[in-house]
Amino acid sequence: MATAKQPMTTDTLQALTANRLIDGLVVYLTETGEWSTRVDDAALVPAETGEIVLAATGEQAVSTNHVVAPYLIDVETGGGEVNPTRFRERIRAFGPTVNTSV
Amino acid sequence: MPLLRNGHIALDQWVAVGDDEALPEDAPIIVSLARWRAERGSLVDEYRQIGIRLKGGDNAEEIANDLPYFDLVAIEFASIADGRGYSTARLLRDRYGYSGELRAVGHIIRDIFPFLHRCGFDAVEARNDRDAKAWRESVGAINVAYQPATDNRLPTTVLRHLPLAAAAE
Amino acid sequence: MYQYDTYDKTLVDQRARQYRDQAERRVEGDLTEDEFRPLRLMNGLYQELHSYMMRINIPYGTLSSAQLRKLAHVARTYDRGYGHFTTRQNIQFNWVTLEQSPDILAELAGVEMHAIQSSGNCIRNVTADAFAGAAADEIEDSRIWAEIIRQWSTLHPEFAFLPRKFKIAVTGSPNDRAAIRVHDIGVALHLNAEGETGFEVVVGGGQGRTPMIAKTIREFLPARHLLSYLEAILRVYNQFGRRDNKYKARIKILVHEIGAQPFAEAVEKEWEQIKDSALLLPEDEVARITSFFAPPQLEKLGPTAPAFDAKRLTDRAFAAWAKANVVAHKAPGYGIVTISLKAPERAPGDATHTQMDAIADLADHFSQGEIRVTHEQNLVLPHVKLTHLFGLWQALAHHELATANAGLATDIVSCPGLDFCSLASARSIPVAQRIGRQLSDIERLHDIGELRIKISGCVNACGHHHVGHIGILGVEKKGEEFYQITLGGDPGTDAAIGNIIGPAFAGDRVAGAVENLIDTYLAQRSTNAERFIDTYRRIGAQPFKENLYATA
Ligand code: SF4
Repeated sequence: MATAKQPMTTDTLQALTANRLIDGLVVYLTETGEWSTRVDDAALVPAETGEIVLAATGEQAVSTNHVVAPYLIDVETGGGEVNPTRFRERIRAFGPTVNTSV
Repeated sequence: MPLLRNGHIALDQWVAVGDDEALPEDAPIIVSLARWRAERGSLVDEYRQIGIRLKGGDNAEEIANDLPYFDLVAIEFASIADGRGYSTARLLRDRYGYSGELRAVGHIIRDIFPFLHRCGFDAVEARNDRDAKAWRESVGAINVAYQPATDNRLPTTVLRHLPLAAAAE
Repeated sequence: MYQYDTYDKTLVDQRARQYRDQAERRVEGDLTEDEFRPLRLMNGLYQELHSYMMRINIPYGTLSSAQLRKLAHVARTYDRGYGHFTTRQNIQFNWVTLEQSPDILAELAGVEMHAIQSSGNCIRNVTADAFAGAAADEIEDSRIWAEIIRQWSTLHPEFAFLPRKFKIAVTGSPNDRAAIRVHDIGVALHLNAEGETGFEVVVGGGQGRTPMIAKTIREFLPARHLLSYLEAILRVYNQFGRRDNKYKARIKILVHEIGAQPFAEAVEKEWEQIKDSALLLPEDEVARITSFFAPPQLEKLGPTAPAFDAKRLTDRAFAAWAKANVVAHKAPGYGIVTISLKAPERAPGDATHTQMDAIADLADHFSQGEIRVTHEQNLVLPHVKLTHLFGLWQALAHHELATANAGLATDIVSCPGLDFCSLASARSIPVAQRIGRQLSDIERLHDIGELRIKISGCVNACGHHHVGHIGILGVEKKGEEFYQITLGGDPGTDAAIGNIIGPAFAGDRVAGAVENLIDTYLAQRSTNAERFIDTYRRIGAQPFKENLYATA
């Protein structure tokens, strides 16, 4: 269960994530400015411009009370899939690692 | 910021004076505990109405003997999380018998009005005019008191055993 | 058990309405998140990793079958079909929405439940002995006093914004099953020489990043003064507890910094002023609350139950379960049954809605309609006839609820950890599951005997690892999960904080490390009756340490 590090791709990309106000679910900002519950839909920006995206879109979404506490995460894109770098963010993206079926 | 007294917008004739500011002439003044201690003699000579402003960490005991000089005690809440002022207020009222205006100042949101009210505050520096209505509605929104406090409500430990309560059941 | 009168009902209904208004104001944008956060927390609603989580109070861990059915209904209707019973005898739902949270509280109000003060820097849900009212060793039912404390502390206007959260536990038995010495205040019932009820009061215990054992500040407090004494403690703490640093804000730090004796003097001085105020408990109110906890009408039975004995002889699986999960009741011919929520591969403390419904039905059939929640995250049927045990066991087995491991090594306490909790450093549940897998042999498990393993996913210690015989704490090192092991903790009468045994282990090595510790114990125990914790106390950490790190 150790959290093996994925090999880093050349550039670190970032995505903007938050929790949706109404149901608390994890969401990601998409290319079209919507918020999606799928990390694959996330708009990816180079790390240098991440802050700008956050300032513009994140704060706007907070002020309209759509999402709560947006922040940037690092992601990797090996194998055509978007994979958050930090283990905590992978759990947020893909759900609990334990069986929760009833 | 409007002043509310008992849930109604009221005229605030008091002048809050900073520690380094010149004292106004012939007006009711509010000073800090430090200034009160430093200038107490002259303040008492000059002013008919004196109010004191306590910070969260100032205890009721520190002004207990001086209470006859004050017509107003303002207690500051530096943030919603700083709950020391509730104890200060109750001690001033219940233990030291203070009956003048007890004003909550600082970071006050309407959702703490019921707590303020039960601890003996009768005035509050509110955020906006709508808060007057909020005070009147919220102090009674939960009208059951499980414990004695500094309002006039009878706690359930007593209320339940009044002959009247038995009849009402 | 306690039943609401019009006052209790009014309060909870009004509170549910007040919260609905606040939640609506938030959704409409009248309240910002900063303004709403303390309000939702005061009603048990947290933002966790994946969703909102709602924590619902189960005062002193006592539930009626109707309440448990309602929790099943909430799980089914507003969540993903299950709930998580916590180490504080509460239940948490992991997948609720802000939109529906007022509906949940309204539903709960209908069965005399709520989430008031299940979070925030206030007096939290009061806990007590899960076996209260049934245990053979108790002086008096601790829930009487826990209920009195519950009412006094609910919406107490002076103590809504304390320096930090505040937890009170009550035991009515000399054998402490409520872990009172790791609470902010612990209250232990005693009788004095005249036979009067009173309390020993202990203060300043706690877990978290600075674990401490509580100190006695009063040997005997007459019962009628309970509330004034608590109010005096809280008032001293509210005024003088540290507010400059959240990690130093619990009362244990205040008691530690000024010393237990000066702290006690400050409390006594305050108490002198208020002991004869309106806080003095009226006799008729104590009598009223006591009446709700009158012993249940149980049959007069002999101490032996031949049918039960016969079943134990013929069915080994049943015998194993009865041995681990049933303890003596104060009424002859009855037993107290622990329903393990630690089935293999399940998250410790989780129960599905079907399981909750099933347990509610079984409580009605076999246990006076009453259920308890333990701080070990199990459920209890407190009043079961010995002759009914076999039938009960079969019915439990049908729902994956008959695991014969209460108090044994696979009865692992675990917080939700990084799989759910936004504060976590590492996962807890998978660690518990791995250890469970490793120790799946039931004969061996019973041979090992009592062993309390407790796992927390971060220093907040919700999994009570400090008081585990074996404690496991998840930490993050360079983005990876590691686990620190402590030995020798104990939540009970001989309360102790465990000691760190050595360097932390990677996640995939924890179960092996636990196995290694158990091997050392088995090799070292003087007799088969010597428990792990006793062996540890006798021989110390060194032999465990040597074996554990020998191959490293
Ligand atoms: S111990 Fe840490 S990880 Fe576990 S539930 Fe508490 S805060 Fe979360």
